[in-house]
Amino acid sequence: MKPEVILRSFGHLTQAAGVTISVSFAGIAIGFAIGALVCVAGLSRRAWLARFGAAYVSVFRGVPLLVQLLFMYYFLAEFGLDVPALAAAVGGLALSSAAYQAEILRGAFNALPRGQAEAAVALGYADSEIWRRILLPQALRISIPPLINEFILLLKASSLVSVVGIAELTRVSMNIASMTYRPLEAYVGGGLFYLAINLTLAGFGALAERRLAAGQPR
Amino acid sequence: MNPDVLWRYLPSLLSGFGVTVLCWSAGGALGVVLGFGLALLRRLDFPPLRWTLRAFVEVFRGTPFLMQLFLLYAGGPYIGLRLSATAAGILGLGLYSSAYFAEIFRGGFATVPHGQIEAAISVGMRPLDTLLRVELPAALIAAVPAIVNMLIVLSKETVVLSIITVPELMYQMQTMAAETFTAFDAIFAMAVFYWLLVEAVSRLGARAEARVTAYMASEGARA
Repeated sequence: MKPEVILRSFGHLTQAAGVTISVSFAGIAIGFAIGALVCVAGLSRRAWLARFGAAYVSVFRGVPLLVQLLFMYYFLAEFGLDVPALAAAVGGLALSSAAYQAEILRGAFNALPRGQAEAAVALGYADSEIWRRILLPQALRISIPPLINEFILLLKASSLVSVVGIAELTRVSMNIASMTYRPLEAYVGGGLFYLAINLTLAGFGALAERRLAAGQPR
Repeated sequence: MNPDVLWRYLPSLLSGFGVTVLCWSAGGALGVVLGFGLALLRRLDFPPLRWTLRAFVEVFRGTPFLMQLFLLYAGGPYIGLRLSATAAGILGLGLYSSAYFAEIFRGGFATVPHGQIEAAISVGMRPLDTLLRVELPAALIAAVPAIVNMLIVLSKETVVLSIITVPELMYQMQTMAAETFTAFDAIFAMAVFYWLLVEAVSRLGARAEARVTAYMASEGARA
């Protein structure tokens, strides 16, 4: 084991870590928007919308992410769309993450006591106000810790986009391994970067959980 | 997709499916056993060991499975660990999932009410009996749903093994796609297949979970 291999490629790994973080962040942000729509569809009283929401979650949680990513990659090519690999990768991560985030949000809404919406109706709040001022703030508060958890999972899953050639942490570690003939050091180095990012995120998660729990009835 | 192509590649696809099932079951079994061992060791009152185990869990849960596989398969030979792709895949799945299983079992032990353990001590049960007859049954019942869930997650992770050339289903399918220029059709078929597989496994899992929980609850009541 030669630690200097890791030190010498530190710059490349840092840059790659930036790509990993941006790809995952874009994935989680777009995934949140789609996930919110899927969640609303799933909670809808219209049967076909509810069925659509359930089907979306079932498909995107059931098909392995690697298959989804390759599908995105080939699907767009099949229809002659010349989309850069990066867009396919972010899109694939976002669509997959949306299914998990929709479930997180649905769980949060279901966790809210029914009496609150009823009380708001009794007090004469309009439907949109009930959503905006009573249900949404509380549901978001409940879902922040699991959403951070989902971010960690997505960050790890983003290593799979290396197969479509994005120069993120895993890909760059592979390149370093093949250039230096030192796979052990290259992958330990890459792994340490992932670990550092994820432990930081987990720390934020714990902090958020404590902050949000303050002033809440136990 | 051309049915002829599929027919011609059926043997290799079937063998790939066999390898997928083998890796899943062997890796999952290894993970459950290792994870249970880790959870038991973590109960010992010896701080350095606890910290080491904690670090093990953090490392395996904090890094991508693909990275662990590369490290094991490409880096292994440099520390004298020379494994075939399939062996590395099974060991990788086992190590990766053992960290999650360890946490699941730990969570299971944490659900056992303290009063039960105190009661066991006060009626004069030895520590081993307390563990085997009081804590373990209750902990396992609590852990079953999470174990089933993790096994379902693991069934999807087997796909990643194709990247280190384990000849499982995904790998065989990509070989077929490359040789017959049917990438899109093959990926589409694969997506449908895995979706059905995971749905079936989830349904079976839910039934197994109900069975096991009911069985263990009745056994626990008798013991």
